[in-house]
Amino acid sequence: MNPVATPFFFYMLAGLAVISGVLVITRRNAVHSALALIVTLLSVAGLYLMLYAPFVAGVQIIVYAGGIMVLFLFVIMLVNIERSSKERRFNRMWPVGLAAACTLLALFVSAFAKGKALFPDRMMSLPESSNTQQIAAMLYGDAGKMGPYTFAFEVASLLLLAAILGAVIMTKKKI
Amino acid sequence: MPNFIMSYLDGSVRGTPGEAGSQFWALIYVFIIFTGVSVAVMAMNWLERKALAHFQIRLGPMRVGPHGLLQPIADAIKLMLKEDIIPAEADQFVFWIAPMIGLLAAFAVYTVIPFGPSQAVSDMNIGILFMLGVSSLGVLGIVVAGWASNSHYPLIGALRSSAQMVSYEVAMGLAVVSAILMTSMNASGTGTLSMIGIVRAQQEQGVWFIFKFFPLGLIAFVIFAIAMIAETNRAPFDMAEAESELTAGYHTEYSGLRWSLFMLAEYATMIAVSSIAVTLWLGGWMRPFPNLLRAPAWDFIFSLFPGLTFVGLAAIALVGVVRMPVHSFFRIQRIGLAVFAALLGLIALLLLTIAVAGRSVDTTVAASSVARFREGIDHVYWFVLKVAVFMYLFIWYRATWPRYRFDQLMRVGWKVLLPISLGVLVVTAIVGVIVS
Repeated sequence: MNPVATPFFFYMLAGLAVISGVLVITRRNAVHSALALIVTLLSVAGLYLMLYAPFVAGVQIIVYAGGIMVLFLFVIMLVNIERSSKERRFNRMWPVGLAAACTLLALFVSAFAKGKALFPDRMMSLPESSNTQQIAAMLYGDAGKMGPYTFAFEVASLLLLAAILGAVIMTKKKI
Repeated sequence: MPNFIMSYLDGSVRGTPGEAGSQFWALIYVFIIFTGVSVAVMAMNWLERKALAHFQIRLGPMRVGPHGLLQPIADAIKLMLKEDIIPAEADQFVFWIAPMIGLLAAFAVYTVIPFGPSQAVSDMNIGILFMLGVSSLGVLGIVVAGWASNSHYPLIGALRSSAQMVSYEVAMGLAVVSAILMTSMNASGTGTLSMIGIVRAQQEQGVWFIFKFFPLGLIAFVIFAIAMIAETNRAPFDMAEAESELTAGYHTEYSGLRWSLFMLAEYATMIAVSSIAVTLWLGGWMRPFPNLLRAPAWDFIFSLFPGLTFVGLAAIALVGVVRMPVHSFFRIQRIGLAVFAALLGLIALLLLTIAVAGRSVDTTVAASSVARFREGIDHVYWFVLKVAVFMYLFIWYRATWPRYRFDQLMRVGWKVLLPISLGVLVVTAIVGVIVS
C-alpha cells in the first residue's frame, strides 16, 4: 500500500493548523475563533494520522472536536458577544503571553538543534493495523504483566475522577 | 482503465479498495454510496410521508405521479428554485457554512460502513471510533446554525440539541464499548475496533452480539437504539425542532437549498447510525444463520431473497395498477405505475438470473466473477434490509409517541440510560473474564 504520509499532505495540514491557529487569536468574534480552533484540532488529528497513530487521531476528533468544542460553543453562545468584541483585547496579560511564547520558541529551537540526539532519525515501522492494540498493551500491560504506563494511567484516571467529583460538589449545593 | 476494472472482476483485488490501495475503485465506491444514500433519502422522504399519513388515516401525497411516487422529485425541484434568504442580522459566513458542516459530517461517516466484507470504501483500524467521532461533529452544524441565525427560536433549538447530543453520546458510547468487549472473546483475546472486524468476530463466534450473553447484548442494543434517536434529533426526542414550541428549531431561518441540505444531513445521519447498530449487534452483512445452515442448498435459497423482494414490490405495484379507478383522468398514472411495476419485475428477473447463474462452482474467470458478484449482491442486500427495518422504526416511533419534555429527556439520558449502560459494561466484562 502506498504511504499517505507525503510532504504535500504534511504541508497542507500543518499550514491549515497554523493559519487557523492564528485566526483563533485574531478574530474578534468568539464563535469565529471557536470554529477556527475546531479546524486547528482537526488538522492536528490529520497529522496524527500521518504519524500512523489512528487511535490518537480518532480520540482527538471525538474528545476535542466533538465533545469539548461543542461545550465551548454552548458557553460562548450565551455570552454577550456585542460587548466582549468591543473590549480592549491587549490588556495587562501581554507580558505573560510574551514570556510563554518566548519559552515555547526556545524549546522549539533547542529541539530543532539537538533533534538528531533526541529523536530517532527515521520513523519507527509501527504497523498501522494494530495501533490500538499496541496502545492497549502500553497502558494496561500484556498477558498479565503491568505495562510501562499502567501506573501513570491509573493515577491520571484517579485525578480525573477527583475533578469530576469536585465539579459535581461545586455545582450542587445539596446532594 | 480496463486493467482497473478487470483487476476487480478476476478476483485479484481482495478486500476493500482502501486495503488494496486501489484509488480507482475507492472513487467508484464513493460515487455509488453518495448516489445510493441520496436516492435512499428521497425514497425515505416519500415513505415517511406515506406511512405517517396511513398511520393517521390520511392518504398522503397522491397527486404527483401514481400514489405520489414522484413527489420527492417535485419537492427537490421546488427547494432548488426557492429563494435563498439570509436574514439581514445573521452572521453571513457562519450561516452559509453551517449546513455544509452537518452534511460533511453525515457523509464522511460512510467511508467505513461495511456493506459487505469488501463492499466498503476503506476498513480502518479505528472504524467505530471514527464513526462515533465524525458523527458527533454533526452537532456542530446544528449549534452553529442556531447561533448564526441571530434569532431566538433557532438559538434555543441549538442549545437544546447540543445539550441533548452531548448527554446521549455518553450512554451511546458505553453501549458501543460493551459490544466491542464481546469481539475479544476469541483465542488470542484481542478485540477490534474495525467495522469489518466486528462483523467477522460475530461470524467466528457464531452469534449476533444482540443474543450474546443474553440479555446483556440485548440491553446494550436497546440503549443504543434509544440513544440513536436522540442523537439524530428524531421524534420523540426532537426537542431541537419541536414545532409546537420553537416553530422549526435551529433551521427556522433557513430556506430553499440550504434547508434541504439540513434535511439531507439528518436522514443521512439516520442511515449511518442505523448501520452502526446493524454492524455491532445484528451481524452486519451476514444472512440469517450463516453457520447453522451452511449447506450450498441453503446458500442458494437465501441468495434468492433479493430477487424475491423485487418480485414482491412489483406485485404490490401491479395491485396498485389494478385497483386504480377506471377513469380517463387516471390513464397516464395507470400507465406510469404499470411501467414502474415492469421495471421492478425486470430488476427481479435480473437478480434471480444472477442468483441461479452464480450457483455453479466453476473455475473460469467469467463464472467466478458472476459468483463473486452474486455474493456481493447478497451481502449488500442483507445489510440494506436490516438498515431499512431501522428506518421504518424511525417512522413508526414518530407516528406513535408524543414528544418528551426537555427535563424528562435529560432525566432519561442521565439517570436511566447512563447507569444501565455502565452496569451492562461492567457485567459484560465480568462475564467475559469468567467465560474465557
